[in-house]
Amino acid sequence: MTDRKKDPRDQQPVSRRGFLTTVSTSAAAAAVVGVAAPAAAAPAPRDDTGTVAIVLRVNGRRHRLLVEPRDRLISVLRERLGLTGAKPGCERGECGACTVLLDGVTRYSCMTLAVEAQEREITTIEGLAQGEEVSALQQAFIAEDGYQCGFCTPGQVMAAEGLLRTNTSPTVDAVRAAMSGNLCRCGAYGHIVKSVQQAAAARKTGGAK
Amino acid sequence: MRESRIYTPEAIEDESLPGLPGANDDPLKPWDKTTVVGARVPRIDGQDRVGGTAVYTRDISLPGMLHGVIVRSPHAHAMVKRIDVTAARAMPGVHAIVTTESPEAKIPWTLTARGAMSQLFDPHCRYEGEEVAAVAAETLPQAADAARAIVVEYETLPAIVDYAAAAKPDAPKVHAAGNLPSPPRTTQRGNVDAAFATAAAVVERTYHTSCELHTPLETHGSVAQWDSGDLKVWDSTQGVYAVRAGLAQALKLPISSVRVASPYMGGGFGSKLELGKYTVIAAVLARLTGRAVKCVLTREESLRCVGNRPANTITVKVAAGKDGRLLAIDADLVGASGAYPTGAVSGYLMLDLYTCPNVRVRESSVLINAGQARAFRAPGYPQAAWALEQAIDELAAKLGIDPVELRLKNVPTVSQSRNGLPYSSTGLADCLRKGAESFDWSASRTRAASKSHIKRGVGVAAGMWGYGGEPRATVIAKLYPDGSLNINSGAADIGTGTKTVFAQVAAEELGIAVDRVHIEHADTGTTQYAPGSGGSQTVLVNTPAVRSAVAAVKQSVLALAAAELKKDVNTLSVRDGAIVIAGETRTVPFAALRSLAQAQQVVGVGQRAPHPTDKVALPFAAHFAEVEVNTRTGEVRVVRYVAAQDSGRVMNPLTFENQVLGGVTMGIGFALTEQRIMDGPTGKLASGSWHDYKIPTAMDFPFAFTWVSVDPQDKDCNSTGAKGLGEPATIPAAAAIANAVHDAIGRRMTDAPITPAAVVSALATTGRR
Ligand code: FES
Ligand code: FES
Repeated sequence: MTDRKKDPRDQQPVSRRGFLTTVSTSAAAAAVVGVAAPAAAAPAPRDDTGTVAIVLRVNGRRHRLLVEPRDRLISVLRERLGLTGAKPGCERGECGACTVLLDGVTRYSCMTLAVEAQEREITTIEGLAQGEEVSALQQAFIAEDGYQCGFCTPGQVMAAEGLLRTNTSPTVDAVRAAMSGNLCRCGAYGHIVKSVQQAAAARKTGGAK
Repeated sequence: MRESRIYTPEAIEDESLPGLPGANDDPLKPWDKTTVVGARVPRIDGQDRVGGTAVYTRDISLPGMLHGVIVRSPHAHAMVKRIDVTAARAMPGVHAIVTTESPEAKIPWTLTARGAMSQLFDPHCRYEGEEVAAVAAETLPQAADAARAIVVEYETLPAIVDYAAAAKPDAPKVHAAGNLPSPPRTTQRGNVDAAFATAAAVVERTYHTSCELHTPLETHGSVAQWDSGDLKVWDSTQGVYAVRAGLAQALKLPISSVRVASPYMGGGFGSKLELGKYTVIAAVLARLTGRAVKCVLTREESLRCVGNRPANTITVKVAAGKDGRLLAIDADLVGASGAYPTGAVSGYLMLDLYTCPNVRVRESSVLINAGQARAFRAPGYPQAAWALEQAIDELAAKLGIDPVELRLKNVPTVSQSRNGLPYSSTGLADCLRKGAESFDWSASRTRAASKSHIKRGVGVAAGMWGYGGEPRATVIAKLYPDGSLNINSGAADIGTGTKTVFAQVAAEELGIAVDRVHIEHADTGTTQYAPGSGGSQTVLVNTPAVRSAVAAVKQSVLALAAAELKKDVNTLSVRDGAIVIAGETRTVPFAALRSLAQAQQVVGVGQRAPHPTDKVALPFAAHFAEVEVNTRTGEVRVVRYVAAQDSGRVMNPLTFENQVLGGVTMGIGFALTEQRIMDGPTGKLASGSWHDYKIPTAMDFPFAFTWVSVDPQDKDCNSTGAKGLGEPATIPAAAAIANAVHDAIGRRMTDAPITPAAVVSALATTGRR
């Protein structure tokens, strides 16, 4: 059973504002955040326009791309790959609308350089549904009206997905804490938390989905 | 570009307009019972909202599209002396640059009764963030790089951001004519001064509220594209028609040449009811380059330049007799408009929330060197409630009357500021009673005080919203041979569930399933006129038009069926997507009607009927909050909440509850955390991010939350029975929290937000821990 006192954020090996920690070259910092040193540390081929050739694995597909070292994951996903589900709410690590999963862990894609995300398994909101069929988690957001304008919603859903992958039966407080890095100006928090709890229950009975 | 009329006193005159030509002046009778309307119907567009497939303006990408970036004044008050674009022009990807020196700069801006006060790019910059130039380039980073490379030389001028100081005669002037664009407006009835002399109890205090920022998750932005002289714009807006009118005027185009669409939009809260400069800039750059141009604001820009809820200073004096009846209210309200005039205060609650024979309200708005205020969810009302509802609380204590009881003694049945006309319904008394019951008010009030440093307290506040909506809206309904229905309306769905409620109304009226209804919306090129989705008017203005359009379709399809089936039309009705024949068990599905197949479509046009002329239809609310105050740290947590709303018929409990949650959440931000901070000497924004400007998170919302609907079964407000909800759900929230804090610690917290520092210092000055 879940330990009530444990802050679910402690269970996440990568901080959501990963940029600040993962650009550090210190091995200790990498050890603290619990992941291997970022692949960006290895020299990547650079061409004369200042771009770098990288491979991104997004929702199970590999994409070869030339990116500028300054390009953030959010803009590569949205502008190069046409995956506009991750939303830019602030582009500086304040709102969570851009949340994706990196190796299964929630991450602000605006605070992640595209070159950092090489060789990681990137999951975006577009990767949760099977074609037209949405996941049990997404279905719960529909059933509980876990949104209003919907602009924060892809980020909320991804934050919830990240939580439920590490904690299958979170308490209300654990859900609130895990979702607290995702702002909803429409103020749908009451419904968002209900959605996540309903999804946790549904994933139990229906098997992880 | 015009000040938004929706919340000005003139708006109330709009309500009495006759409606559109041809409006149905024989409105449909209210439904006796409903099956689809009033049900918990999940959103019809939910799949796109959760799937990341909903396309917002921010997501639009067109072939050849360029990106626009705006150069803004870094000074709160300055004159542009020289602009050098040489370096920027030579940078990679740059296609066009416009500055204060370009002909387009002269487009008049911020129109007032006295004409334009500024222009698109004005060399006289009156706040930090005012537009001075813009670049279009192939990529966003290229445009941003070029914008940074534009060299602007400024002569800085003295700036003023403190509105109390700005009102003084020797203050630096935002405009040459001074900082008080119009004299204070006084509204009064009865004899206030005489009434105070006879009162049993009088309270008086000055309250301050902070400037709040809207911060919708999707920032403001547009995509503009020209096609043979016609302009098409995608805009993240609450009102496509207002944006279209503004664009036609700014660019001197016939209205018929401008098309504005707002597909999905990521929140506005009043800040997206009007045309923004970024939209005109996108259109200008698109015209210069012959390419589509996207111009979306960064979060930092949006915090400075696209509106705010103005800070208010409100002195309110209230008197009552021994019996608790209010005798007099005297209120002085001052607010900060920003750099251009707009109404920054509203004394409507003082005039109309309670029965009171003697009222005087003085309203004034002051110019400062900051971005212009815009409508923000119930403009002026939460500020007024903050002051008035705390005063009522204090008065109740003075009279020794329970605060709920005191309010109940003063519930009005007529609108005193609208010639004493009766309300079509007023659920205020029921909101207070049922809310108190649900909250267990009496028991909560008398609970023994805690001995620990965490003190609990409860508070109540009431509210109403004084805008009844524009009476104009048109909807077209089309029934297709397979029995599916298209509803065409210009209303934007800003996240409230408008499309879903429209589909429910249509399904109810035609006896079909909700999933047979498709909503086509918010595009001036293809949909019908609807007012902006704001001011709590969307449902009450548009759903009667939806109903009327579908009723017309129903009439036509029944006529077709009568002819085809050779029956008297009076023996036919609709149910479950089929024609029902009186006295027969068989039904004939719409899809089986040959005449419908031959017609290809049956079209109905619905106009909203005018508002009743002998009644006033407005929504009411009463909120109850329980807080915990940590007397060591000064932190306040809202732990329990009951919101009782009279918004007429609950069209959909799921989306209704969500609106109430959102309104209360905003009230929590108003009461406890939200505060725009400006640096006095420089006039620059100091709270320029969500880290510094704190809005509520999932941690701040009380999960012990209940909403109570008080549906007075209003038969007179309109043909669907709904009154407004978005604004009344937030109006009393902050005041209820402040009253709860007072109950907890015995201190009257006059300034919003109630920060931990303010709580600690209030406790330090006069004891009781
Ligand atoms: S867009 Fe990434 S945190 Fe706001
Ligand atoms: S649904 Fe609008 S911001 Fe969350």
